[in-house]
Amino acid sequence: MSRIDVRKTYKLYIGGQFPRSESGRSYVVNDAKGRLLANAAQASRKDARDAVLAARAAFGGWSGKTAYNRAQVVYRIAEVLEGRREQFEAELRASEGVSPAKARTYVDAAIDRLVWYAGWADKITQVVGNANPVAGPFFNLSSPEPSGVIAVVAPRGPLLGLVSVVAPLIITGNTVVVIASEDHPLTAITLGEVMATSDLPGGVVNVLTGSVAEIAPWLASHMDVNGIDLTGVTDADLAVELEVAAADNLKRVRRPAPGTDWLAEPDLDRMTRFLETKTVWHPIGV
Amino acid sequence: MTPIASSTASSTSDSGVFDDVVRSDSSLRRFLHGLPGVDQVGCEARAAGLGTRSIKTTAKAYAIDLAIRMVDLTTLEGQDTHGKVRALASKAMRPDPADPSCPATAAVCVYPDMVATAKQTLGDSGVHVAAVATAFPSGRAAMDIKLADTRDAVEAGADEIDMVIDRGAFLSGRYLDVYEEIVQVRHACGDAHLKVIFETGELQTYDNVRRASWLAMMAGAHFIKTSTGKVQPAATLPVTLIMLEAVRDFREQTGQMVGVKPAGGIKTSKDAIKYLVMVNETCGPDWLDPDWFRFGASTLLNDLLMQRTKMTTGRYSGPDYFTLD
Repeated sequence: MSRIDVRKTYKLYIGGQFPRSESGRSYVVNDAKGRLLANAAQASRKDARDAVLAARAAFGGWSGKTAYNRAQVVYRIAEVLEGRREQFEAELRASEGVSPAKARTYVDAAIDRLVWYAGWADKITQVVGNANPVAGPFFNLSSPEPSGVIAVVAPRGPLLGLVSVVAPLIITGNTVVVIASEDHPLTAITLGEVMATSDLPGGVVNVLTGSVAEIAPWLASHMDVNGIDLTGVTDADLAVELEVAAADNLKRVRRPAPGTDWLAEPDLDRMTRFLETKTVWHPIGV
Repeated sequence: MTPIASSTASSTSDSGVFDDVVRSDSSLRRFLHGLPGVDQVGCEARAAGLGTRSIKTTAKAYAIDLAIRMVDLTTLEGQDTHGKVRALASKAMRPDPADPSCPATAAVCVYPDMVATAKQTLGDSGVHVAAVATAFPSGRAAMDIKLADTRDAVEAGADEIDMVIDRGAFLSGRYLDVYEEIVQVRHACGDAHLKVIFETGELQTYDNVRRASWLAMMAGAHFIKTSTGKVQPAATLPVTLIMLEAVRDFREQTGQMVGVKPAGGIKTSKDAIKYLVMVNETCGPDWLDPDWFRFGASTLLNDLLMQRTKMTTGRYSGPDYFTLD
């Protein structure tokens, strides 16, 4: 007797939970050959609002952890991802239609990328911070601080692309609301399951699936979002519209990056773009 | 009963409707226990059902402004300072300094020793000063101390007094003691309005909430209030529904209106709007007025302001743009 398929319901990942969209909507996700793969939740502006609330609530605790501790947590994500690599390889093959060898390359690169960024957690301060020479009896020290809640439009690469934009933000202490690739959202939610089981506090990463054009403007204009990363925005007009909306509360903006080779080793820019510099003057000899 | 006969006569319920009821402890108990029992499941289902109404666009804008006008902006902490009370009073008069069209709140609610400070800042702005008196929040003090507490607050300029009932006496069935206490405090209030706090989180059953509501209304309360905010659970929708039904029935019987104030645990605009829907559906639009319905809250106001800003600007606002208290 044949067994009935147990089909997976892909939902959102907000505040450590996996809720359905508040709007009750979903959309069809096809595989590379145009056949039905699954239904994904179609997030609304209210889901985006809830995600920002969750990210804001998580920010104090996450940014207050020691850099060493954040490194351990991100390394843990890599460990858990390694343990579920077959699932991710199968998902990549199904959704993008890539060869088994290629799928393995992407999963390897995603795991390596997490480990690479985990190593940066307790080093970035030394590299971009400074002891400044000043003309007076003061120690003058600059150190980087996380900006706060960052909204991200993830690029097309459903696993490697997503990891490459999220890891550099959380490793420095920011919390993130990420809109997954509209065409390939399923791997992002499976990655959410990995994050939910790897000591990452709920709300540090929140994953929305759905229409970028619908959700992103609400995040860009949201007064409680401190930065927006437009890496995955493909529509140039939308990118301009989002930048204009982001200007209201002077969000830090990262412009779209079409044609990025995600397999290449990244530079520090993804981490430093969403850091603020805190400078302290401390009197000497008092 | 005899020592307070004179003060009984000066309460609002001196029409004599309840003279027979409050003649003795046993007649009062007979009346209160003769009230119809609360259907717990039905009450909770009704409250939950009313909470599902969708209030959008212009109705939502109206509801938010009304809710702001109904807020008793509260600070009741041991660490309160005069500076904090002044800041709170300024916020009550002008909740959103960036938007002059934003209405003021109904009152600020403080401890009696802060009344003078609040009054000084509020002046004749129309925002009232409410003071919690009678050994708030436990109510565990001798009667003369409770009355002195009340008189102090009134002399300092309080427009409204929030008293707590003696829950111990109520739960052990000494209803007449509670009744007399409310009557005496009402007398000590003079012209100030009296709100009677039940601390519904300690009353154990919905039936007790209904009994306490009638008891306080018969004793002359201007307002009945759910909680001090110091005990969990504080205000809930079902408890407020029972109190709203009580004031509705009381008006049917006596012609007098009594206000209702849920306090504690109401933090979001969504919650506040659920309460307003319930007021309208239970008591009718007569109660949709700051004179007859209030929210005891502190964090609620910021959420109302953020929602209000969202409606006027079309973008989500954040807590960075409003004062913390």
